[in-house]
Amino acid sequence: MKKLVILGAGTAGTIVANRFKRVMDLDEWQITLVDPDPIHYYQPGFLFIPFGMYTRKDVIKPKRDYISAPLTLIQSAVEEVDPVQRLVRLANKQSLSYDYLIIATGTDIHPEETPGMAEHEWGKSIHSFYTLDTSLKLNQMLHNWEGGRLVVNVVENPIKCPVAPLEFIMLADWHFHKHGKRDRVEIIYATPLPGAFTKPVASRLLGELLERKNIQVEADFMIERVEPDAKKIVSYDEREIEYDLLVTVPLNKGAEFVARSGLGNELNYVPVDQYTLRSKAYDNIFVLGDASDAPASKAGATAHFAIDLFTENFLRYVEGHELKPYFDGHANCFIETGFGKGLMIDFNYEQEPLPGRYPLPGIGPLTLLEESEFNHWGKLMFRWMYWHLLLKGMEVPLPSEMSMSGKRLV
Amino acid sequence: MVAKTIAGKTVEVNEEGFMINPNEWTEEIAVEIAKEEGIPELTAEHWKIINFCRQSAGASGKAPTLRQITVGTGVSTKELFALFPKGPAKKVARIAGLGKPEGCV
Ligand SMILES: Cc1cc2nc3c(=O)[nH]c(=O)nc-3n(C[C@H](O)[C@H](O)[C@H](O)COP(=O)(O)OP(=O)(O)OC[C@H]3O[C@@H](n4cnc5c(N)ncnc54)[C@H](O)[C@@H]3O)c2cc1C
Repeated sequence: MKKLVILGAGTAGTIVANRFKRVMDLDEWQITLVDPDPIHYYQPGFLFIPFGMYTRKDVIKPKRDYISAPLTLIQSAVEEVDPVQRLVRLANKQSLSYDYLIIATGTDIHPEETPGMAEHEWGKSIHSFYTLDTSLKLNQMLHNWEGGRLVVNVVENPIKCPVAPLEFIMLADWHFHKHGKRDRVEIIYATPLPGAFTKPVASRLLGELLERKNIQVEADFMIERVEPDAKKIVSYDEREIEYDLLVTVPLNKGAEFVARSGLGNELNYVPVDQYTLRSKAYDNIFVLGDASDAPASKAGATAHFAIDLFTENFLRYVEGHELKPYFDGHANCFIETGFGKGLMIDFNYEQEPLPGRYPLPGIGPLTLLEESEFNHWGKLMFRWMYWHLLLKGMEVPLPSEMSMSGKRLV
Repeated sequence: MVAKTIAGKTVEVNEEGFMINPNEWTEEIAVEIAKEEGIPELTAEHWKIINFCRQSAGASGKAPTLRQITVGTGVSTKELFALFPKGPAKKVARIAGLGKPEGCV
């Protein structure tokens, strides 16, 4: 029996395990997943919780619903990997040996890394929406909020779902309109990026959209500290922004065991070849989803496209074939823009997001970098696809490699 | 892509003014780009950071991120902002003749 161990049973770990279950000979392969948390979270749904559009039950399901025999799920945290001995040590004192290892432990927020952030005002005037708990707390806060200055801040890039803070802002704008409070709320987006988004065309178009919605962007803002009593954030170059309500996307870092095992970079992401997602240091370790240092968007959609191609390439690889550079960094994201609309972006390592139609050139029905109601419904429909198709490892009718047809050069 | 003459040498730069080919870079070019970036004189402290970035890019082919610079040089983020005001990682990458740092996708 060959042993494949998958660390983390979140989006990437669950999808890849279920893909393998369909295509591998499980008399020859033993597949074991390790994850301490019995709950699977639909993280894109966290965005809607602060505004009461989704509730807790919309975004959680037991992991056991998605991982069944002959797959094994061990409920424990990984403490350390010994890549030389090919051993994984768990918090429950168990040791697992492996022939191949997949690291899929994602990335998480670390508010304690920014001075003043996770202290006595955390959960009071300082909030987030990147975890289930923080999004539920923010929902309560917004329910009672009378208005004032809302500052949304990203601490440092990369973050998972880089468009989520923009979506949060546009949904907040809509929310305050609906509740007749918009004239009592000032909205500021303080970002370390030079503009609204990372890539030039999308940054310009999204920047214009924010301006129309009367949202102020404070660019190149690298936060140094929060002053929780004075209610202000201060950047490294001494700019200060006062707030009544701070919504932050704290520093994102990979799992601690990655550092402890000597496998990570300065943010605990595992260095990989960006086209094969194989560890640069060990040729029997692969990294899927947010846990790697590949310069692709840290998004569930990216993980899904990569896994589509990874599965067949891995099977060839273990038979002794060379690994092909199969992954182009393809990502696409729905972006909620409020008022029942949304837009979409589609891009990869080389090609920045452009306007156009997706997935059928000229037809869509989704519009790229242009608002439409259909995109909003697409995003809401995605939750159903996630729970019923994606996690189970079923095919979703979207091409894994990015296509230039349907895109307009601007 | 456009050709641009900096410190008497013609080099290729992209739309955002980053050099395309790091091998065309010279120390004189660094001095000129620094001026464009509002840094009238490059001190030993500046050079320490520039050299670190050149070395780090040599190994990986990519300009380092702000965090990689602070971890790699031991210079604090605060000092980096004093040396290269506003966006230090981006600014030093331009001065060092490297591409724009990734880490924001
Ligand atoms: C607010 C928000 C909105 C988002 N919106 C979108 C969107 O619209 N579209 C999109 O595509 N993506 C979106 N994402 C991103 C998406 O959720 C992630 O990119 C995706 O879940 C990454 O999958 P992953 O498997 O790498 O990590 P995860 O799904 O986070 O799974 C990691 C797993 O590893 C486990 N783990 C952690 N440490 C250990 C350890 N030491 N030992 C064992 N197990 C461990 C965790 O318990 C978890 O189950 C959003 C994310 C957030 C937070």
